[in-house]
Amino acid sequence: MALDQSFVGRTYPPTPPYEVGREKIREFAEAVGDPNPVYVDPEAAKAFGHSDVIAPPTFVFSITFKAAGQVIHDPQLGLDYSRVVHGDQKFVYVRPVRAGDRLTVTSTIEGIKSLAGNDIVDVRGEVHDESGEHVVTAWTKLVARAAEEA
Amino acid sequence: MTAKVAYESVEVGTELPARSFPVTRATLVQYAGASGDFNPIHWNEKFAREVGLPDVIAHGMFTMAEAIRVVTDWAGDPGAVVEYGVRFTKPVVVPNDDEGALIEVSAKVAALLDDKQVRVDLTAMSEGKKVLGMSRAVVRLA
Repeated sequence: MALDQSFVGRTYPPTPPYEVGREKIREFAEAVGDPNPVYVDPEAAKAFGHSDVIAPPTFVFSITFKAAGQVIHDPQLGLDYSRVVHGDQKFVYVRPVRAGDRLTVTSTIEGIKSLAGNDIVDVRGEVHDESGEHVVTAWTKLVARAAEEA
Repeated sequence: MTAKVAYESVEVGTELPARSFPVTRATLVQYAGASGDFNPIHWNEKFAREVGLPDVIAHGMFTMAEAIRVVTDWAGDPGAVVEYGVRFTKPVVVPNDDEGALIEVSAKVAALLDDKQVRVDLTAMSEGKKVLGMSRAVVRLA
């Protein structure tokens, strides 16, 4: 069933702040096998002009995707989450995410399309820190695959 | 936010050092824990086959995280990445053995932009298939 186009442009309330911890960044860097010292050593990060360790570029997805749950699980939108796959992902950074950040995400539905029975939803997540500074924007394309013929 | 590569030292076509990243079932379990993505298609073979996949597949975001390492290792400072986007075209299938799968990433400078920025186009392959499409990063050089 095609999704309601009137949801395009809908913005959800900002999420409660997510506090970025040094050890969480370390855990993520280890999980992707990346030994770059700027992720674990504050001195190495400072040598590049960062005030504390920074997070790998895709780290913030865990935060924005959780926020996108507001869209995915919105009963009024009615997306079939059991059929959802990740189509595209894009980030535009104002600055890297770093330890100590308290980040909130504001999610907006940018587009809804129906293509060959698949529902395609584009969600934009604007990430701000505690001072209101814009840190990064994440775009996530979700594809709910068409249900199989009965 | 200073990269270690000078803008003046690159041109369109400059190749970045290519890298191969191994991924096993254990890698996926570790990534699930670190990222909070516990979708069973990334660790449960029975479930993956039931939803029509050939086997357990890697998290798309894991592949995306590996691919950008070619750029961040080259630039030195990951904070120099201004933009990064991909399309998930084919899954990375990860068999239940010691070898797992291999993600092979190559990259080259595709455009010189203003403000000492360059666009880098990435190619990520596994088992001869292109696993990421439209994979592009913008990075600010020194």
